[in-house]
Amino acid sequence: MSVPYAKLPLWVEYGLIPLINLVVAFLVAGLVVLIVGESPIKAATLLVQGAFGYGEGLGFTLYYATNFIFTGLAVAVAFHCGLFNIGGEGQAYIGGLGVAFACLALDGIFPWFLTFPVAVLAAAMFGAAWAFIPGYLQAKRGSHVVITTIMFNFIASSLMVYMLVEVVKPLGSMAPQTRTFLEGGQLPRLDWLLSIFGLDIGGAPFNLSFILALVAAFLVWLLIWRTRLGYEIRTMGASPTAARYAGIKEARIIIITMLISGALAGMMALNPIMGDQHRLQLDFVTGAGFVGIAVALMGRSHPVGIIPAAILFGMLYQGGAEIAFEMPQISRDMITIIQGLVILFAGALEHMFRPAITTFFATLGGAGKQSEATAAGE
Amino acid sequence: MDYFQIVMVTLEATIRLSVPLILAALAGLYSERSGIFDIGLEGKMLAAAFAGGAAAAVYGSAIIGLTAAIVVSVALAMVHAFASITQRGNQIVSGVAINFIALGSTVILGQAWFRQGGRTPQLNEDSRFQAITLPFAETLADVPVLGPIYANLISGHFLLTYFAFAMVPITWWVLYRTRFGLRLRAVGENPGAVDTAGISVTKMRYLGVLCCGILCGFAGAYLSMAVAAGFVKGMTAGKGFIALAALIFAKWKPVNVMLACLLFGFLDALAILLQGQQLPVVGEVPVQFMQALPYVLTVILLAGFIGKAIPPKAGGKPYVKER
Amino acid sequence: MSDLAIELRGIDKSFGPVHANKNINLSVSKGTIHGIIGENGAGKSTLMSILYGFYQADEGKILVNGEEITIRDPNVAIAAGIGMVHQHFMLVDNFTVLENVMLGAEENAILNRGIVNARAELKRLEDEYALEVDPDAVIEELPVGLQQRVEILKALYRGAEILILDEPTGVLTPAEADHLFRILEQLRDQGKTIILITHKLREIMAITDEVSVMRRGEMVATRKTSETNVEELAELMVGRRVLLRVEKGPSNPSDVKLSVDGLTVRDNRGVVMVDDVSLEVRAGEIVGIAGVAGNGQSELLQAITGIRQAEKGTVLLAGQPIDVTGDADPQDLRKRGLAHVPEDRHHMGLVLSFEENENAILGYHYDEEYLNGPMLKLDAVRSHAAQSAEKYDIRPPDVRLKTANFSGGNQQKIVLAREMERDPAVLVIGQPTRGVDVGAIEFIHKRIIEMRDAGKAVLLVSVELDEIRSLSDRILVMFAGRVVGERTPEATEGELGLLMAGVEEGQEAAQ
Repeated sequence: MSVPYAKLPLWVEYGLIPLINLVVAFLVAGLVVLIVGESPIKAATLLVQGAFGYGEGLGFTLYYATNFIFTGLAVAVAFHCGLFNIGGEGQAYIGGLGVAFACLALDGIFPWFLTFPVAVLAAAMFGAAWAFIPGYLQAKRGSHVVITTIMFNFIASSLMVYMLVEVVKPLGSMAPQTRTFLEGGQLPRLDWLLSIFGLDIGGAPFNLSFILALVAAFLVWLLIWRTRLGYEIRTMGASPTAARYAGIKEARIIIITMLISGALAGMMALNPIMGDQHRLQLDFVTGAGFVGIAVALMGRSHPVGIIPAAILFGMLYQGGAEIAFEMPQISRDMITIIQGLVILFAGALEHMFRPAITTFFATLGGAGKQSEATAAGE
Repeated sequence: MDYFQIVMVTLEATIRLSVPLILAALAGLYSERSGIFDIGLEGKMLAAAFAGGAAAAVYGSAIIGLTAAIVVSVALAMVHAFASITQRGNQIVSGVAINFIALGSTVILGQAWFRQGGRTPQLNEDSRFQAITLPFAETLADVPVLGPIYANLISGHFLLTYFAFAMVPITWWVLYRTRFGLRLRAVGENPGAVDTAGISVTKMRYLGVLCCGILCGFAGAYLSMAVAAGFVKGMTAGKGFIALAALIFAKWKPVNVMLACLLFGFLDALAILLQGQQLPVVGEVPVQFMQALPYVLTVILLAGFIGKAIPPKAGGKPYVKER
Repeated sequence: MSDLAIELRGIDKSFGPVHANKNINLSVSKGTIHGIIGENGAGKSTLMSILYGFYQADEGKILVNGEEITIRDPNVAIAAGIGMVHQHFMLVDNFTVLENVMLGAEENAILNRGIVNARAELKRLEDEYALEVDPDAVIEELPVGLQQRVEILKALYRGAEILILDEPTGVLTPAEADHLFRILEQLRDQGKTIILITHKLREIMAITDEVSVMRRGEMVATRKTSETNVEELAELMVGRRVLLRVEKGPSNPSDVKLSVDGLTVRDNRGVVMVDDVSLEVRAGEIVGIAGVAGNGQSELLQAITGIRQAEKGTVLLAGQPIDVTGDADPQDLRKRGLAHVPEDRHHMGLVLSFEENENAILGYHYDEEYLNGPMLKLDAVRSHAAQSAEKYDIRPPDVRLKTANFSGGNQQKIVLAREMERDPAVLVIGQPTRGVDVGAIEFIHKRIIEMRDAGKAVLLVSVELDEIRSLSDRILVMFAGRVVGERTPEATEGELGLLMAGVEEGQEAAQ
């Protein structure tokens, strides 16, 4: 009785409506391009060409996408439990500390493939640890996770500046960063992967973390839809009363979910640190934690949606850089606008076009319904 | 510098740093008291700072700048209201969206219009707010203790500074002594009670968000047109979130908001003062520790270890008439 | 001038397929207390909401003091002198009494003078009607009885001449209720008109001048209270329904499987909802709990099944205690053979956004049968769901379909199949056929009898009296949190109706 909206065909629900929301977001972004005095069509062409037109561009696109897959998954896992983790940014930042510790300790002793699993573990643990406190406070003391994770982003930022300036910076260096890792702390690039398609990766830092991201996406899918824990997480998110009825421990599930979410965000740090810069620097996350929100909303919290959404944002980051080259008016900050618009239209206003679409399909389906009913043999 | 002077400088900095916090936190108070959570204070403030700086530069008038700041901030507030109230969308998601839209568009438009790397042109004296010297400030400055206090702490601030501090009792008065305030507080606690009393819940909430937009406009104008002479990319630097923290820390009460903002402003001023200084016993206090302190304090408060921060009961929930 | 305060002519209202009010006519005389009685869902609250402007009637006319008016929203009702005391108080908890009273009737934009006037007016009202309450007290610190008084004051402050009270005694203690009645009588004596909505016959008999009875959306009778009696009203209220015939042999009870002793449960507001309840259910019998909704049945079920913490009391499941006052774990109770079909299948029994097969294991998802380490065995889950779907004739037989897309009856069958098919020792069922179509009702009833015949102990809660009568071997009646009587299924509806309406045993003869 309290079903708020009429039932729509699946392809409309999961295809058309998200698509319309996305298109509207991009139309508004196009408007901004117009205001700035450039041609949106030319910008779009440049964007796609820059992102996919040649090997190096594609390499960068996928490099950025790797970040967003991790952070998108982090936000999505929390969404499934009815939690809004805005702290991906901070969790990824702290995750970087884990990666750096692992690499600094092991890069001289081990080859990369032995350092890598330790770094993955460290990144996940550091990220999870940073999400633990907000999770614990939500579960046990009812402190709203949205606010605490925002606060923890800022605390992480201060903590990392302190760590970089005062603790991990090598003696005698001025720059707030660690030393450059030796080869044992550097992930191999995936140039071979693109060369299969006859593309040259050039200087793009597209690296092994991408594979890890895909594995993580698969594992998240497995977790959410194929495990007992995922079942409990989804039950909690969809109906806390049903979860209580089923004997699911509310506090435990909230904390575990936040740990997983934080771990995923933390693992994002592997890509830029171990895969690209080979050292820990200030502000290496550069908003990827927040892009994760847009990616999760757009991908409807499903890995199958998150990967293309992450690639779309990867395209925006890479192609955006190309546009900035050709159109100095449009810097990469354009992406931030698009990100905001996507969050607005695919998130806060996701139901805006639904009544109209529902009416459209109701009038359209008036005749079709009859035959459907006879077919069902009711 | 003698100690008295250090104290004076620190307190002056405290006032300067807490003004945008006070304005933004009071803005958040109007919205959240009406039941609409707003994590988009940062974005509105930033957009307002840009609009103010840009309009003041182009038209050479502080008033036009301020007006533009308010108009832009209110426009974003109305987007939030439309999403949260009319469309019953998720208020957190909407706030996040507004922050990004503001962050990106201030840079893009700034670069397109002024081509100074996201800055707006330096404002001249006419097109920004000037410090106001109160009567006798200079003559009294030599009076020991009280003189400097009057001359430096009470006199010599921007009009917007006095406005911000005036807004504290005004907000208190509006909230607790006017019909509007009574209804605003009621709609954030129990919209059902407001609805059955024959008052439109939608209208009250829109008004709350409108007030929020206006005050965020002032906060932004202060940043780009008073304390600085022009807009700089990302110049809010998280102040909107500190204001949010202050609002929670103040348990959504106007006078507490001022005190919390002064505290957070003081911590900020202290951080600048203590940078690189050796203190007795504790040694050097890392500046980052001071910067993180407001957030840490807010988390501790949220955890219920120092009193309990209870948000407006109907906050964050769209109102649906019950059957 | 008419001597009728309210006249309703042909009021009709539907919510989608639900026909809540059917062609209602009602006349309420000035200066009287007019009771409207009926079971839950009879349409009383809808009718009053229409009168207060919360909803618009689809058809019909409303006359207030002889003049026809269109009540578009509560403002019009307030202006016409109608005030309403809602069942769930419409008060702002952290406001003072004075602030609550003033809200929406503040005089001026600035409260200054308004506050002074309001304080004086409140004082005058308090004196005139003996409704003392501290104007500066904060609502959440007041006892429920006083909060209600504030609701009444709110209405009077707005100049209400006609006062509607919706189930006003639901949250009151008997002493508080008596006090309320004295206030209402006094208000009437001073010329106010009062409409009292209730399902409690005792209240109707105690204070009303006239009474109208509603049943299933219709107004079935109006009587002068002095010319009727509880038996007649109970019968009008419940109606002479055709008893659903359920094939059922004699019961064969054996060991006590569920034993509740001295159970007391409070709800979230701290109101005692279950008050020192004791009962036993034996293997092979169905014990039905009759009662009007809101008399503690829900809390009783939730406490027994470990969902709500009880304040005191003991519960034994097959002789072993359940930690009802501590943290009884629903999962653990299921393992011990306690199955639970909850009253609220939309929020508790099912996750509507889940696929059917996922709901088929809700609460049993820990079962080894469906697990392979941490992984769910989807094949096992789905084949289990498919089997249940076939056995319980769940349609459509598509275990991957979203649960929200099943009809009410089929949703209920999903829950029943899940809870019944695991050979539980005790089956606790709440509202088995609420919102279920007729065909499915018969099926569900049969299954419940089968469970009994298979030697399960069944505790059944339903607000449908005929369901209780046709299924139960013993009937307990709950009223105001207590078990007020035990009857055999042979008891008449009138007899049970009296108990449900709070007429104590022995009191019947006196009436």
